[in-house]
Amino acid sequence: MTEKLLQIDNLFIELPTGSERQHAVQDLSLELAQGETLCVVGESGSGKSLTARAVMGLLPAPHVRVSGGQINFNSEDVTKATYDRLRDIRGSEISMIFQEPMTALNPVMSIGNQIDEIFRYHVSMSRSERIERAIELLRDVNLPNPEQIMNAYPHELSGGQRQRSMIAMALALKPQILIADEPTTALDVTTQAQILKLIRDMQTASNTGVLFITHDFGVVADIADRVVVMQHGIVVESGTVNQVLNSPEHPYTQALISAVPSLMPREARSRLEKTVLQVRGLNKTFGGGKSFFGFGKPNREVRAVKDVELDLHKGETLGVVGESGSGKSTLARCIIRLMDTDSGEISIDGNEINGLSRAEMRPWRNKIQMVFQDPFASLNPRVRVGDIIAQGPVTQGIDRDEAIKRARELISIVGLDGRAFDRFPHEFSGGQRQRIGIARSLALKPEILIADEPVSALDVSIQAQILKLLDEIRDQMNLSMLFITHDLRVAAQVCDRLAVMRYGEIVETGATAKLFANPQHSYTRDLLAAVPGKEWKTGAKSSSVKSRTKSA
Amino acid sequence: MSTFWQRYKRNKSAVFGLAVIIIVIIMAATANFLYPFDPFRLAGKPLSGPGMNGFWLGSDSLGRDVAAGIVHGAKTSLLIGLIATLVAIFIGIVFGAFAGYYGGRLDDILMRITEIFQTIPSFIFAILLVAIMKPSIVSIVIAIAVVSWPGVARLVRGEFLALKNREFVQACHTLGMNDLRIMLREILPNCMSPIIVIGSLMVATAILIESGLAFLGLGDPNIMSWGFQIGAGRTMLRSAWWVCTFPGVAILITVLAINLVGEGLNDALNPRLRERN
Repeated sequence: MTEKLLQIDNLFIELPTGSERQHAVQDLSLELAQGETLCVVGESGSGKSLTARAVMGLLPAPHVRVSGGQINFNSEDVTKATYDRLRDIRGSEISMIFQEPMTALNPVMSIGNQIDEIFRYHVSMSRSERIERAIELLRDVNLPNPEQIMNAYPHELSGGQRQRSMIAMALALKPQILIADEPTTALDVTTQAQILKLIRDMQTASNTGVLFITHDFGVVADIADRVVVMQHGIVVESGTVNQVLNSPEHPYTQALISAVPSLMPREARSRLEKTVLQVRGLNKTFGGGKSFFGFGKPNREVRAVKDVELDLHKGETLGVVGESGSGKSTLARCIIRLMDTDSGEISIDGNEINGLSRAEMRPWRNKIQMVFQDPFASLNPRVRVGDIIAQGPVTQGIDRDEAIKRARELISIVGLDGRAFDRFPHEFSGGQRQRIGIARSLALKPEILIADEPVSALDVSIQAQILKLLDEIRDQMNLSMLFITHDLRVAAQVCDRLAVMRYGEIVETGATAKLFANPQHSYTRDLLAAVPGKEWKTGAKSSSVKSRTKSA
Repeated sequence: MSTFWQRYKRNKSAVFGLAVIIIVIIMAATANFLYPFDPFRLAGKPLSGPGMNGFWLGSDSLGRDVAAGIVHGAKTSLLIGLIATLVAIFIGIVFGAFAGYYGGRLDDILMRITEIFQTIPSFIFAILLVAIMKPSIVSIVIAIAVVSWPGVARLVRGEFLALKNREFVQACHTLGMNDLRIMLREILPNCMSPIIVIGSLMVATAILIESGLAFLGLGDPNIMSWGFQIGAGRTMLRSAWWVCTFPGVAILITVLAINLVGEGLNDALNPRLRERN
C-alpha cells in the first residue's frame, strides 16, 4: 500500500510584501499515503497551517498565494485546479477540521442542517436518506443521542461534542484525505484523548490519509506514522515517528523535543513547615443577578469555587491543576482579591486579608503578586516597558527614581536587554512579554507569587525558558508560588505539591511524585491517563514509541 | 507617527479632505487680514452680482460683502464646531468611563440619563436650549454639546466595559493602583482612537447644527456665520442667488472634508478595519 494520495513538491507560498519573511513556506515537499497519519509539527509561525490551507486551496488570497511547486492529489495538481473543481474536492475528497470548533461551525444553524448541507451540495439524495445518513454519522463519532444533537445549535454542545460534530461533517462523504489543523489544541486533555482516539478509529475504518498539524509532541507520539518538522517555513526534518522522536538529527528538532517537559515529576525540594498562605472554606458563586427593575428570572448560578482549603508553605511551589471550567483561575483571582468571595478565609502569615477594603488591601500587595496567562493582554500597549515595571513600586509610594532603578535591575534579572526599558510592549515576542510580566510582579518584592497558566500561551521552546526563569527567581528570592496550570507535564516539572481541581472542588492534594505514582481519586487517574504521548518520554527518552501495526 | 501618516495617506480622499480643511483654517486665521473690516459693514451697492462693483462673490440686500462674510464665518463655524465637540467629548468620557468601569447600579443610572437625552430629537432640543438661554456664542456651544455627548458616552462605556477585564487592568489592581489612575492612565489611552474618529465627525455635525440655528435666526447676532448669511439671503434666492449659494457651498465643502478626514482617521486608527478593501 504505497500509493501516494497526496504529493507536495517544492511548494513555495508567498507572503505579501513587507512581511517578516518573503515566503511562508519554502521548498516544501511531502507525501501522504492511504491510511497513513502524517504529522506536521512546528512552532507558531512555522507555516504549518498555511501548508494545510494550500492543499484545500484556502489560502487568504490575494495576499498569500502559492508561488511555486505542485500539490498533487491523486496525480492532479490542486494549485492549478479551477475554482469549481476545488469546490468539488473540498469536503468530498479532502476535508478539514479546525482548531476552534466554535468558530468553524455556523452558530445560527443546527448541527443537523450543517451536515445536511454537505450532502445537498455534493451528492443527490432524498431528504429522508440524508437525515438517516447524518444521524448515522453522529452515531459513528460516538455522540450520545444523535437525534437530539441533529436539532442542537453549536452553543448548546460542549467543546468535545462540537469537535466530534466537526469530525462527523468532515467524514460525511468519506474523503480520501482528512486535514486536521490543531484539532485538539482548544480542548481539555481528557477530551483531547477521546478525540485523538476517534480520529484514529475513523482512519482505520475507512483507510483515510490524515494530515495532522500540531505543535504538541505528545500528540505526535500518540498518533503519527511519519513526522515532518517545520521551522520558519522550511522542512528541517522528516522521517518515521520513531526516528524523529527518539533519534532526532536536526538541532532544531532536538531542541524542540528536549523542551517538552517530562512527565516524570522532579524531586520535591525540602520545605519549611511555615505556612505563608492559608485558604479555608473559600466559596465563590457567579450569576444569580436580576435586571434593573427586578423583572425576569435570575441568571443561572454557577458555583465556581466550593469550600476550597489550601496551605502554601514557605519556599514551595503548589500546583493547582484541572481542566477548563474547574475554577482554578477563579480561585487564583479570589486569593489575590481581584474578585470578592462569597465566604471563606484567606490569610497571609496568619493575617486575614479576605474582607479588607481596597485601600486596606494596598499594603498587602507587597506580599502577594500575580503573573498572568496571556502576555499579549496583560501588558498595556500604550505604556513603556520601564513604566509598566516601575508602576507597582510607584503606586506603593516608593520614590520614582528608586522605582526606575529597580525596574532596570529587574529587566536584566528576567533576561531582557537594557534597551527594553524605553520600548513599547508590541515590539516584543510572546516569551519576552511574559518576562516583562514577571518583572512587573517581582518589582514589589513579593513573598507569594501566583502564576496563572504563565506558559500556556507560549511555544514549547519558549515555555521551557520561562519555566526555568521562574525556577531561578523562586530560588533566588525564596518565593512561595501558587502555580495554576492545565498541563500535567508542566506541573510535574515545576510543582512540589499538587492540588487537583474539578468543578470548583479540590479532589486530591499531595506531593507531586506521590500523586503521579499513586493517584487516589478517579479524576486524577483520568487526567494522568489522558496526557498525550505518555508512553514516550516518561523520563527515559529511549523508551520506544508505541508501534502501530498498520499499513506502513 | 510616521506609520500613522503612511496609513492615513493611503486613503486619497482623506488626504484631499485634510487639504480642504487646512485651506478653511488658513482662511479663518487670516480673515482679519483679508477683510480687515467688520463683515456686517455696508461695503457698497446692495445686491451686486459676483464680480460686480468690486465684490468677488457679490453683496447682499444691505450691501454687505458675501466673501467677507464667508471668510469671517469660517472662524465662527470652526470655533464653535471644535469647542462644542471638545465639551461634548469631555462630558461623554466622564459619563461613559464611570458607567463602563463601575457597572452595576451606577451604570444603570448613568445610561438611563444618557437615553433620556438620546430620545429627544437633537436639533429641536438645540433650538429649545438656545431659545431659553438667549442666542450667544456660549449658549450655542452649550446647546450643541448637550445634544451630542450621548453618542460619545455610549462609545466610551463600551470600550471601558471591554477593557476593564483585560489582564493588564487586573495587573494594575494587583499592584494596588487606585481607580481614577487606572481609568485615566491605563484604560483611557487605549480607547482614544475611536474617540478621535467620532470626535472628528462630530465637528462636522456641530457645524451643521450651528448653521441651522443661525439660519433660523438663533445665531449670535454679533457674529457673522454661514448659516446667518443663508438665512439673510433666502428670500432673494431667485433674484440674487449668490447670497445663499456661496455660504451654502462653503458649508457643504467643509462638512464633506471633515467627514472624509474622519473616515481616513478611522481607517488609519482602527487596525481591524484597515484591511477591509
